[in-house]
Amino acid sequence: MDYMTLIQLLDSTVRLATPLLLACLAGLFSERAGIFDIGLEGKMLAAAFFSAAVASLTGSVWIGLLAGIAASMSLAALHGVASITFRGNQLISGVAINFLAAGLTVLIAQDWFSQGGRTPSLMGGARFEGITLPGADAIADVPVIGPLYAELISGHSILVYMAFAAVPLTWWLLYRTRFGLRLRAVGENPAAVDTAGVSVVGLRYAAVAICGVLCGIAGAYLSTALQAGFVKDMSAGRGFIALAALIFAKWRPWYALWATLLFGLFGALETRPDVIENVIGFKVQGQLLGALPYLMTVVILAGFVGKAIPPRAGGEPYVKER
Amino acid sequence: MTANDSRGQPETAAPAIELKGISKAFGPVQANKDISIRVMPGTIHGIIGENGAGKSTLMSILYGFYKADAGEIFIAGRKANITDSQAAIAAGIGMVFQHFKLVENFTVLENIILGAEDGWKLRPSLNKARKSLVELAKDYGLNVEPDALVQDIGVGMQQRVEILKALYRQADILILDEPTGVLTPAEADQLFRILGRLRSEGKTIILITHKLREIMEITDTVSVMRRGEMTATVQTAETSPAELAELMVGRKVLLRVDKTPATPGEVVLDVKNLKVVDDKGVERLRGINLNVRAGEVLGIAGVAGNGQSELLEVLGGYQDGTGEVRVNGQLIDLTGKKSDGQSRRARGIAHVPEDRQREGLIMEYQAWENTAFGYHRDPAYKSGILMDNAAIRADTAEKMERFDVRPPNPRLEAKNFSGGNQQKLVLAREIERNPDLLLIGQPTRGVDIGAIEFIHQQIVALRDQGKAILLVSVELEEILALSDRIAVMFDGKIMGERLPDQTDEKELGLLMAGITDTDRDHSVEEVEANLAHAGGDTSKEV
Repeated sequence: MDYMTLIQLLDSTVRLATPLLLACLAGLFSERAGIFDIGLEGKMLAAAFFSAAVASLTGSVWIGLLAGIAASMSLAALHGVASITFRGNQLISGVAINFLAAGLTVLIAQDWFSQGGRTPSLMGGARFEGITLPGADAIADVPVIGPLYAELISGHSILVYMAFAAVPLTWWLLYRTRFGLRLRAVGENPAAVDTAGVSVVGLRYAAVAICGVLCGIAGAYLSTALQAGFVKDMSAGRGFIALAALIFAKWRPWYALWATLLFGLFGALETRPDVIENVIGFKVQGQLLGALPYLMTVVILAGFVGKAIPPRAGGEPYVKER
Repeated sequence: MTANDSRGQPETAAPAIELKGISKAFGPVQANKDISIRVMPGTIHGIIGENGAGKSTLMSILYGFYKADAGEIFIAGRKANITDSQAAIAAGIGMVFQHFKLVENFTVLENIILGAEDGWKLRPSLNKARKSLVELAKDYGLNVEPDALVQDIGVGMQQRVEILKALYRQADILILDEPTGVLTPAEADQLFRILGRLRSEGKTIILITHKLREIMEITDTVSVMRRGEMTATVQTAETSPAELAELMVGRKVLLRVDKTPATPGEVVLDVKNLKVVDDKGVERLRGINLNVRAGEVLGIAGVAGNGQSELLEVLGGYQDGTGEVRVNGQLIDLTGKKSDGQSRRARGIAHVPEDRQREGLIMEYQAWENTAFGYHRDPAYKSGILMDNAAIRADTAEKMERFDVRPPNPRLEAKNFSGGNQQKLVLAREIERNPDLLLIGQPTRGVDIGAIEFIHQQIVALRDQGKAILLVSVELEEILALSDRIAVMFDGKIMGERLPDQTDEKELGLLMAGITDTDRDHSVEEVEANLAHAGGDTSKEV
């Protein structure tokens, strides 16, 4: 494998890791506050559709992005009402959201565009284009560093850079601010937060709302940056892989970055079977790579590689007790 | 920070807290009926009553957890509208709950500032709290390690963190709900010393407890609650434990159990070098040797979390262990298929588990269904391959009658009985099977005095029938009252055996803290250091 192939592979890794990373951080906020969310998938899908649809109708990808975020946040609000206000089962609510999004997106797409459940292909300003970072062209020909900067670091859409910037931001928010302290506390022991005179419900809604925003960006990235338009079920299980990454990352922001990059690499390798064959000498089924994130998560859950301890109050509605 | 403008102006005559006509009902249950109480500033005011008397409800109203149906609250002479915990904190009230409200994987410091931060950035808040902790430690003798994780410190220390939380919020009034339930006698003494110091600094303290000894030892005034009503408020110096006990239950009770000396027979349970390793790889039982004879009660004393639970679990058949356990001379399996509740019962072992709500009963099931559990293969309960529900219900009704379970309705769900009646239901199921050996854990935890008496009588009666009884309890009084021999557990080992009439709470307390040379004097610090060595898992049973 030559240097350029490696750079291409890593470039592809970054692009595939981005939606996983955004969704993983979305899940991190929600689960750290004690609200399990298996509806990441559905929220991403809804956001993918609405951002592509609105971008296509208005010609502005930014309005599309806002529409996607709004769609994702509506579903997040639904999850919040079900699991926080009405203390329902968080898994059931999440499953319902996934089904709702899968059906509704195709239905509305067909109604609006009559293209078999797709949106029209996005072009020009209706799509996030790659950004060429300053100096990328100038040093492109410098050996080693040139391709690294021009091909791998430069040339991604704004959403990619946002996703990577979200990692330190999330870390800082969680560990260096009052909001983060309270958010982590509410996922560990909501009674402690409640008796300290802080609203458990308010904190959990805030967490679910942030989750909605991040899932919205993840979904918009799928249909307006990674692809050019919405197709049926285009989230393709990424919400679940993001959940797996979240467990893999032990609910920590920096670990989430490494976990999603690793899973992104598996995705990139899946599209380049020739690379694996060149390196290890025999062919590996693409499906096996697709299953790897799940397999690795099972290994993690079984406790072989350190212990992943979820937030203690996760999944349980808070009921005031004496 | 959260200062209230009604405070700071000394109104010498005004009580720190005055409740007028507080009533609160949960559905048909009247938890608090027209309660009025005055707590004077700078005093320790005890509130005593049986479980379910309404003490906790009253305090939850004061702390803004519940809204009273009727009545008024005055803080320092001014009417206060306490709608939530935030309002209670603002009014200068701090509460130390029976079950601590701490975030286990946060540090002490983080727990203290939670909800009382000084701005949206954490670091300045943490620095400020660190400074004020030093002062609080100096003023009240409340030393804690600010950067330790709560899960790594002992129960006594965790309680101190709760008190510091309240003081950091500038509480003038401190409510403590059953604070000594999880402490050793030495730790409890230390707590009382801290409370005394807080009082001398002008703080007002409300101490909720069901332990008469504590009321007599530390309070200035005591209010007695019974069935949701405040039956009396008296000066502690002018009352006696007997009078208080009578006020609590409305009749005279025996605080000691009437029993004749035991006449031990053959060894029924013989345990040699019993070890249990939990799923985290921690050795919870580290070579237990003990035996129980027919016709005697062996009491296991110890602070919760020192292996007593594991001992009951492995003997009860739902925890794997290694070693030799013989019942009536025959080895029993400690692992594998033949080690479960079913095979234990077949060997004449009955088990009344420590946690009746999780292990003894299914709360959503009716009394008769619970009575059939474990004994559902009894031919009398079957009709062909089906269960004979009518027969089980009839049998349950009889058992409920004999064990004075109220209300005696087999179709009532377990959760609708009071703690004492739930326990009687479990006891009836287990004792009525005429076992050779009864394992019984915390028989009267959360049980009111009337039921305690009944349960104690049943245990003694079973002993007098020549049965062997292994009793585990964290209540020393109970151990002393019931046992014919006492073994003290600490850190997964038996520290020693004593005869109840040749020992006292002090000696047992030292053994419970892992100190075997009980003749010497020991400082509180020494005892605490020793307890800390046993690890933070003393909180496990809380």
